[in-house]
Amino acid sequence: MKYAFFPGCVSRGACPELMQSLTAVADHIGMELELMETASCTGAGVISERNRKLADALNARNFALAEQTGLPLMNICSTCQGVMSGANERLKDRPEYLAEINEMLAEEGLSYSGRAEPRNFMWVLVEDFGLDKLKALVKRPLSELNVAPFYGCYISRPTDVLGYHDYPQRGVYLEMIIEACGATPVDYSGKKKCCGFPIITMNRENSLTMAGSHVGEAADKGADFMVTPCPLCHLNLDAQQPDAARVVQTPLNLPILHLSQLIGMALGIDDKDLGLNRHVVSTNPVRERVHALPLA
Amino acid sequence: MQFKLNVRRYDPEAENPAPYWRDYAVDVDENASVLDCLIHIREYIDGTLAVRCSCRSAICGSCMMRVNGQARLACATKAKEMLEANEVITVEPGGNMPVLKDLIVDMDVFWNKIRQVKPWLEPVQPVPEREYLVPNETILDLTVAMNCVMCGACVSDCTSLEVDKNFIGPAALAKAYRFVDDPRDEDRQERLEELSDYGGVYDCTHCFFCVEVCPKDVAPMERIVDIRERAQSAGVTNNAGTRHAVAFEDIIRDSGILDEPMLLLKSIGMNPLEQLKNVPGGVRLLRAGKLPLASGPFHHKIPGHANVKRLFEKVEAEQEAQSAQEARPS
Repeated sequence: MKYAFFPGCVSRGACPELMQSLTAVADHIGMELELMETASCTGAGVISERNRKLADALNARNFALAEQTGLPLMNICSTCQGVMSGANERLKDRPEYLAEINEMLAEEGLSYSGRAEPRNFMWVLVEDFGLDKLKALVKRPLSELNVAPFYGCYISRPTDVLGYHDYPQRGVYLEMIIEACGATPVDYSGKKKCCGFPIITMNRENSLTMAGSHVGEAADKGADFMVTPCPLCHLNLDAQQPDAARVVQTPLNLPILHLSQLIGMALGIDDKDLGLNRHVVSTNPVRERVHALPLA
Repeated sequence: MQFKLNVRRYDPEAENPAPYWRDYAVDVDENASVLDCLIHIREYIDGTLAVRCSCRSAICGSCMMRVNGQARLACATKAKEMLEANEVITVEPGGNMPVLKDLIVDMDVFWNKIRQVKPWLEPVQPVPEREYLVPNETILDLTVAMNCVMCGACVSDCTSLEVDKNFIGPAALAKAYRFVDDPRDEDRQERLEELSDYGGVYDCTHCFFCVEVCPKDVAPMERIVDIRERAQSAGVTNNAGTRHAVAFEDIIRDSGILDEPMLLLKSIGMNPLEQLKNVPGGVRLLRAGKLPLASGPFHHKIPGHANVKRLFEKVEAEQEAQSAQEARPS
């Protein structure tokens, strides 16, 4: 099981604990990652606003780089997933458009076939690795812990672009993984809504109202912590949580974990290797409860 | 075939008006729509159920409601397909609009927002002697927005409207695009300035709910993005949205990878008060060991970033050449 690993920007920026925990989990489960060091940002849906062709060209370049390795492409960010899927949709069935873009890539010796299938770590884990195998590796089932899933918009919609037709359960993968780790998923209305991150610089109050409402709702429904496959959501839900609490006028103190950190805890990986100390909202209450749980 | 429905009821004239849920079992044709089921309930089980509907052909847009948690036209939603996900079909009124009774919402919120964007043409002067001529491809582009049946599904599920009633919203912004890009309209610049202001296109979060639920493929979010692009091209750039997009593009051009602190600083611009609001967040990130210190002049570049920069230059050169060709008199 080997992948061309697209790390995105945030795992090498404001969420280093994502890269740290993902690497630790991949090592543990025997997933080989070939880091795509020369790949660029996807444009995050921002570049395409001003120049869609430029955004498509950047993504085609990344797809071509993955094809050069002969490996399937794996990303670790909901937003990267959505942007890659959207770009691929525009590229794959339009040979003339693809040819124009390939002409631009030629100088670097690259060419994109139109056949890449970019997939998020969450999808790869369920579809390639398999949850039965994951369950068999769980050392410390996270029983008694209630976990609120938070998907992120870009990995949830539009469903037709994101392959939900072929994989209808993609909309419940987070709950399935939470259960495979021995924990109980918490159902709440905000789990597939916007975290507010995209408008944090445009309308701070709206952005923080969104983050605060979802965190508050999850806590009210009994969540011990929240888990997300999107580092951008993580930034708004974790790093901005103290400010969000002030905006929604509710005390909030809900730890927000990356998906790889949840899995790592269940696999018994050391907290330090999962970067659980690199959070704004302390993960100590979760760690203490997890360490008190019996080993399988 | 029997279907089980869980319907959210609300009667404002009841002694103690409060929403409640009621289960119904209906025997209808296996190809029945959710609307068929509701009409069956109203006709044969409970005549007090209030449902708004008319054409039953997905043209009038009257029967928008949430089925299994998502805004849909009940007449265009097969009950059997909803069963695949849930044993019981959940039916409730659309969101973001006040409920009048049961499944009927007050659409005034919707229509007021449509009126807000002046949904009519302000003719370019002087009026031609004969008809205005519009290129075919321009009208073909506009027909996407013109396909809207005003059902309110996008407004129902909009996550920005949920937190801020001042947001113009997806339906009205898609309608606005239809006039912004119509060459017969004289108010283009004024429209773009108003739409870029507070409550306008930059309050959209890109959540894709409106794209997902629109029954007519209007994709309002895409139209919102179109308006942003038109506004920026027309020089309407003094706003956080444009600053964010320009800064993002510049950072990726120069290094291939995002520089988060610099993006934040540039997006907010020369506004010390707004900048100050981000100081506590920066300190929190620093204390957690998450603040990328290699920012600004110290920001690292991806290996071979020159290839990314060249790609920017190639696309931009091609587009400039195209624009020059289009501007040349034929």
